[in-house]
Formats: sequence, structure tokens, C-alpha cells
Amino acid sequence: MTVGALRYRRLKQRRVFGSLGTALALLCSVLAAGSLLAILGYVVVQGVSAINWNFLTQLPHPIGVPGGGVGNGILGTFIIIGIATAMAVPIGLLTGIYLALFGRGPIPEALRFLSDVLSGVPSIAIGLFAYAVLVAPLKHFSALSASFAFMMLMLPLLVRTSEQAIRSVPQTVREGALALGMSNFRATVRIVLPTARPAIITALLLAIARVTGETAPLLFTAFGSQYWEANPNNPMAVLALQVFNYAISPYPDWQAQAWAGAFLLVVAVFILSLGARLMLRRAMRGLDS
Amino acid sequence: MTDRTRFRRVARFVSPVDRGFAAVVYGGSILFALLIVGLFVELVLGSWPSIAAFGPSFIWKSSWDPITSKFGALPMIYGTVVTSLVAIALAGFVGIMAAVFLADFAPRWLATPLSFLIELLAAVPSVVYGLWGLFVLAPFVRTAVGPALQKTLGWTPLFSGPIYGVGLLTAGIILALMIVPTVTAISRDVIAAIPRDLREASMAVGTTKWETATRVVLPAARVGIFGACVLALGRALGETIAVTMVIGNRPEISASLFAPSYTLASVIANEFTEATTSIYTSALIELGLILFVVSVVVNALARLMIWRVRGST
Amino acid sequence: MKGSFLRCLTTVAVSVALAVPAAAATQLTGAGSSFDFPFFSKAFYIYNQKNPDVTINYQSIGSGGGIQQFTAKNVDFGATDVPMNSEELARAGQPVLQIPVALGGAAVAYNLPDVTATIKLTRQAVADIYLGKLLKWNDPEIAKLNPGVNLPDLSIVVVHRSDGSGTSYIFTDFLSHVSPEWKSKVGVGKSVSWPAPSAVGAKGNEGVAGQVRSTPGAIGYVELAYVIENHMPAALLQNRAGKWVACAPDTVAAAAASKPEVSATNFSIVDASGANSYPLSGYSWIVVYKKPADRAKALYSVLSWLVGTEGQSNAKSVDYVPLPHNVQLAAQATLNQMQR
Repeated sequence: MTVGALRYRRLKQRRVFGSLGTALALLCSVLAAGSLLAILGYVVVQGVSAINWNFLTQLPHPIGVPGGGVGNGILGTFIIIGIATAMAVPIGLLTGIYLALFGRGPIPEALRFLSDVLSGVPSIAIGLFAYAVLVAPLKHFSALSASFAFMMLMLPLLVRTSEQAIRSVPQTVREGALALGMSNFRATVRIVLPTARPAIITALLLAIARVTGETAPLLFTAFGSQYWEANPNNPMAVLALQVFNYAISPYPDWQAQAWAGAFLLVVAVFILSLGARLMLRRAMRGLDS
Repeated sequence: MTDRTRFRRVARFVSPVDRGFAAVVYGGSILFALLIVGLFVELVLGSWPSIAAFGPSFIWKSSWDPITSKFGALPMIYGTVVTSLVAIALAGFVGIMAAVFLADFAPRWLATPLSFLIELLAAVPSVVYGLWGLFVLAPFVRTAVGPALQKTLGWTPLFSGPIYGVGLLTAGIILALMIVPTVTAISRDVIAAIPRDLREASMAVGTTKWETATRVVLPAARVGIFGACVLALGRALGETIAVTMVIGNRPEISASLFAPSYTLASVIANEFTEATTSIYTSALIELGLILFVVSVVVNALARLMIWRVRGST
Repeated sequence: MKGSFLRCLTTVAVSVALAVPAAAATQLTGAGSSFDFPFFSKAFYIYNQKNPDVTINYQSIGSGGGIQQFTAKNVDFGATDVPMNSEELARAGQPVLQIPVALGGAAVAYNLPDVTATIKLTRQAVADIYLGKLLKWNDPEIAKLNPGVNLPDLSIVVVHRSDGSGTSYIFTDFLSHVSPEWKSKVGVGKSVSWPAPSAVGAKGNEGVAGQVRSTPGAIGYVELAYVIENHMPAALLQNRAGKWVACAPDTVAAAAASKPEVSATNFSIVDASGANSYPLSGYSWIVVYKKPADRAKALYSVLSWLVGTEGQSNAKSVDYVPLPHNVQLAAQATLNQMQR
């Protein structure tokens, strides 16, 4: 790897160019971050009027009956994402471990390929797959089928990142553990995985953030509900679905609730990310000590 | 002997615990593979009636008429490819620049909140992107961005024609916003993981910080960055709801970026719940299959390029 | 390992879930038309308040989706803007009852920033616009219908629904009735191939309303409720009797009244006769099995209430039109065939 030939020789020129480049990079960061603020600002302006305690805890009211909220949607989101995470993390981690341990070769390459392919499948197609597997045979909609769809959406990111995270654990650490007589199992689970944990958690959060706003797969799986529901075997309300239904309605009351719900979704991910960063910092500190 | 084989020799899966562990690991990976293969099989089964009826001409025919049951996917393939290209061009440039800045130049007090905000872009629900795009971005493109581009670059077919506000360009911009967090976050991690020694060696030779970042570190990180872009591109290809609200939903091919268009995912989202004839449903599932195949092709090309690149280092 | 944090979350969720009240004794599920959604959500809510042991979970996934789920027996009833045709009925395998439950109209909204008067359009003019034959607002054909109005030299941007929808069905049904060219060239359906060169598709009524609102020169068809709630200017249409009518609950009701013998095989009320009829009106239907697998009694009670005067009284408050009395009776008669 060689540094490309420097076509311009004056130091001052290079420094100026460097400053311009830095400014451009700064501009890009600010542009990206600023876009989020613009969108967030729009959401807040549209929806802040609808956020109150009732909104967070009550069931939806129909048009004409003031008030009401998205309590069941919030609960449903937690349950469905919780189950999806419980399904996605083992499969994703195990596949990542496999890819990290048995790196080269046709089968691992095929698995990586499949993972990338999965990340490009439209979420509605995944919803249809979940429908074919868990709704049609059982003849009813369920939160479980929605979790299945979400799991498939989360997997590519988890697989890819856990592989990279485990790979980037220094060889010395692994060999040290093995040299001490640990079985592969203990070495991986007790030593390697904890070292890779921060990156895996970041990936998990990106994956959760990705599915929190997904609506298309829910249409044919969770179905939605106007009532409280905690049984994953039944149709369940989901916040993203409620946001979608309200947003495309003609009533200003419901539209405000849609924006409020959207704001909630962003806030939820905000809190998740914040919490994870704090955890990371604690984990880092733990490792150093 | 590479590190990997040495490790393999050293780590024998002899004890029953290790055998069990290996079995579980294999099991998880097989399950993973089965899920994706199952998805593919399900798509093929669902689209079989359409494949049987239209054959390969489905891909290059342009009409989309549910009344006479004449279906052709070419305009949708075009729309999907163009919007994704626009998205990855914009998000790639902005994202990688942002990643460079955040990893190497920004002081901690600036980098943390900026990274955080960019990552939050991934949390915004698709429908919010769609509505914001329809009510804020589309008018902005129609009144400001579009005319400006047409004035300067209107001589190219890319920026000619009437400006509706919705269209390929607006959809591309929305997609870019949606995938920028992926590009930035992963690229930033990859760049940060490049060992300091490389940077210090480069600066010791007399390069400026910017030159180090762009001519030394970026090339070193290119495999990971490329992977981030491929992941992001995958997301762009499959995005449904946000795109369908700002793309104009017209199944036609047009050279101009201002023209309304249609993507594979949008058609499925728009028409699947109302499709009642079996050939109609089957044609829509075939679109999903084509999208799956497009994703496969894109990833295959990406792997080829990574392989080539890796071979040369 | 992964998360005392995640574990914490799960504990919270589980304890909340355990605190959640148990499900009602009978839960009915229905799916289908998004057109019906606001009306149903109000009506079923009121019903649940009067009968706390029955909950009706209705979700709007589209008419076609409703028919699909109903045929697959994943839901107790389906709701659709277009009754099931013979192919769909055959696929259901069992005898199906189809009853009209709601009535609505599609308004032709437009966006002309400097025009304050309400635009008048004949049925032929609307067809020509959507066929792509009239391209500008100041075309002489449109100008002569609106004397004294200063129509701008603006291109007409034709907005339609990109997703399959019952509103599109009503609109294309109307166009086929008034224009033989439309009938032969395009046809009737929930999704069609729109011929106008400037046609832009938007998703959902909100999408069309939003597109029209933000594009000067746009014209599009949206449900009555959207026009009322968003105060959008809508064109006066000339009905078959030659009168100029606006889209409103009374004109839609007049169109329904002009055809009292509506049934699942003869359901179109577009371009209705009658002095006060609005030409773009249509019914929405519920489909149930003649012999439901279970919960038949509850299903009958709910639907019977829905098509009755009490149920229909909820329509006005959500910008819907109650069924005419004779249609209510016809619906009740069909419903009585249910074996429960």
C-alpha cells in the first residue's frame, strides 16, 4: 500500500486543501445530523399537542370520541420486539460465531452471501413469508408471526457484526484462554464474546431501531387491535401500525396522534441508544480494570 | 501457516462440551440458511403461475395493466435501480465524509452528539419519512432544488422535463437519508479500528492530516466501508413505504430524474392487499422474486469486487 | 449476559402484561376496506360499550386483503368496497352473504391557487382530463363551463390512487359509464393503467389529498371525509339530470335513494339519475359466511345492529352517509339468512 503520488508540492497548498476537505467532511456530518433535526422538528411540531399521560396509557378511541391513546400499541411493540430479539440474537450470534471460527471456505462464504441477500429483501416480502409460515397454517394472526418477520429483518446486521466483532478480538486473547486449558465453548462464551459485546450491542440496537418503524410486515402478521392484548398467540396492536393508520386518515385529531406516536418511536430508540452507550462505557471500564 | 489454521490445529473440538457447542453453532447457522432458502422457495412457489404465464418477457415488458392482466416489470426494475443508485451515491459520499470527520477529526464533545443524531435517523419510521417527504421535501424540490438543477444542468436528459416535486430524485434523496446512518456508523467503526501506527507512519513521512485520512486510512478501510455501502444499498433496494409516497407511482421509464417512476417494492405495497385475481397476486410475488434476484446480483458483484480488491493487497 | 438492561425491559413488559385485563368473552375479527375504517371504529366502539363482553377487532388492510383473509377463514367477516365476484365466491367454497353497510362519495378536489370560485366540470370533462385529452386548465372546453372565472395557463397534473382501492373503482366505474372511450381503453377496476401523460399516483386518500394540496394545477379524487376535514376545494359535477351538484352527504344519499333495489350483483350507483344525485357515489359491503364456523350469534347481533338505524346513526359524526331506510331493510333481510 503506497501513498499516492502527491501531485502538488507546496506545503501551503496541501494544508489549504486539507482544511477545505475537513470543512467538507464537517459539512457532511452537519448535513446528515441536521436532516434528522429537521425531520424531528417537523414531527414534534405536528404531534406535540397530542402527547399526554392519557395518550401513553389509554386504548385508541374512534373519531368523535376525544382523547384515547396508543397504550396497547406501546405494549405490543415491546412484546413483539422482545420476542424478535430473543429469536434473532441466538441465531445471529451462533451464525456469527460459526463464520468467525470457520472463516474461509465455500460454506461460510455462501452464508455471508445469504446474509447480504436477506438484507435487501423488501420488508413486505418478509411479511408475506411470515404469513405463509405462521399465519396461514394456524388460521389466525398473531404477534408471534410479527416477531418472526422482525427477526428476519434483524438477522443480517447481527450476523455480520457479530462475525466482525469476534474476529477483531485479538488472537492472543483466544489463544491465551485455550492455553489455559479451556474448552472452545468456554473460551468463546466466557472470554471472546464478552470482549466483543460492545459491538454486538451496537448492532442489536441498530437492528431494533430498524424494525421499530417497520409497518409493511405487520399488515399480514400482527394485524393490529383496538384492545389490550398480551398473548403473543393473538393479534396485537403495534405502535408503528397505529401511526401508519392514523397518518393516512383524514381526521386532524388522528393525524396529530400519528405524529405523536412517531415522536414516541424516535424517543424510544433515543432512550435505547442512550442506555446502550452507558452500558458500553461501563463495560469498557470493566474491561480495563 | 496462517493464523487461522494454527488456531484450528490448536483448538480441537474433542470434549463432549465442545462437540455440543459445535453442534449448536452448526445448528444455528443451518437454521439461518434454511430461513433464507425457505423465503426464496416461498417466493418461487407464489410466483410460479405468473412465471408460467408470462415467461421471461415479464422482465422486459413495460405495461402494467391489472384490468387486462398484462404485466411487465421493466419500469419497476428501472425505478428501483435508479433510486437506489441516487441514494447510494448521495449517502455514500455524505456518509463516508461524515465517518472520516467523526473518526479522525472531530473532538469528542462534537463527535458523540453528531454520531448519535446521525444514528437516530435510522429510528424514524418509514411512514414519517414518507409524509415528511411528501409535505416538506417534495415541495422543496419542486420550488428550489429542481429549478436550480434545471438551470445549471438542464441540458442533460437527466435534469430535463417538468418538475412535479415527486419523482426519482426526491425518492432517491429520502432513501439516502434513510441509509446514511448505516453507512456512517459502520464506516466510522471501521475507520476507527484502523491501527494508529498506520496513521502515525503516514504523518511521519510528512503528509497532512487530511491526506492521511483520505489517502492512507480510507484505502486501508475500504473493504469494511464497501461492506457498509452494500448493506446500505440492500436497505435502499427493499424500502417500501417511504418511497411509495414520494415516487409518483407511474410505471414508465423516463430519462429525467424529475419524472415520476415506480419501484418493485412500491408496487407490491400498493397493490398486494387489493389484488384478487390469482394471476395478479402471482405477478406481484414475481416482482418480489425479481427484487430478491436483484439483491443477489448486487451482492454477487460486490463480493467480486471485494475479492478482487483483497487479492491485490 | 446481553443485558441486564434487556432483562429489565422484559420484566417490565411481563409485569405490565400480567396486569393487563383479561380478553373479553367473545372477540370477533374483521378485515378489509380502509374506506370503512373510521365508521367501523366508531360503531364497534359504541357497540362494545353497550355490550362489554363482545369486542370487534377490525383492521383496514384493503378490500382485497379483506376478501383474502375472509376466504382463508382467518377472520370472521370481511369488508370490501366491491362485492365478491363469482370467481371469489367460488374460491370461498361456502355460501357467502354480502350486505351493504356504508355509503360514501368521491369528491374531485383540485388546486388552483388564485381561483376563488368553485370550478364546474361536466362528466365528459372529467373523463377527458383523465384520458389526457385536456392538458391545461385554461383549455376552451373547461373555460366555457366556467364563464367569468380567470383560469390560469397551468398544466393539469392528474393525480390518482396508486394503491388498489374501492374509491378508484367507483371513479373508474363512473368514467366508464360516461365515456365509451374510457371503457374500451382503460376499463373499471381498483387498479388500472392510467392513460394521462401527466398522471401521478399517490398512496391512499391522504396521499392523493396531500399531492393535490401541494401541487398547483393538480386534480384528484378523494373520499368525502377528506374534503370535509381538510377544507379542500372540490369541483361541482354535472349529474345525469343536468344539475350541478357538490359532493355532500345529502347528494350522495340522493344517489343511493335513486336505486333502491341494490344487491351484491347489481351494486353500481355511479352516474345516478335524480335531480340531486351526486354521480360519484358507492356502497361498501360486509361479507360473512351463511353458516359461520363459530361465534355466529355474536356476529349476527353485531351486524344486525350495524345496518340498523342505531348503528347507522354513527355515520354522520364521521362524515359518512347513513344507508337509506329501504337499503337497511334489504340488508337486514339478507342477514337473516345466516344460520346461527
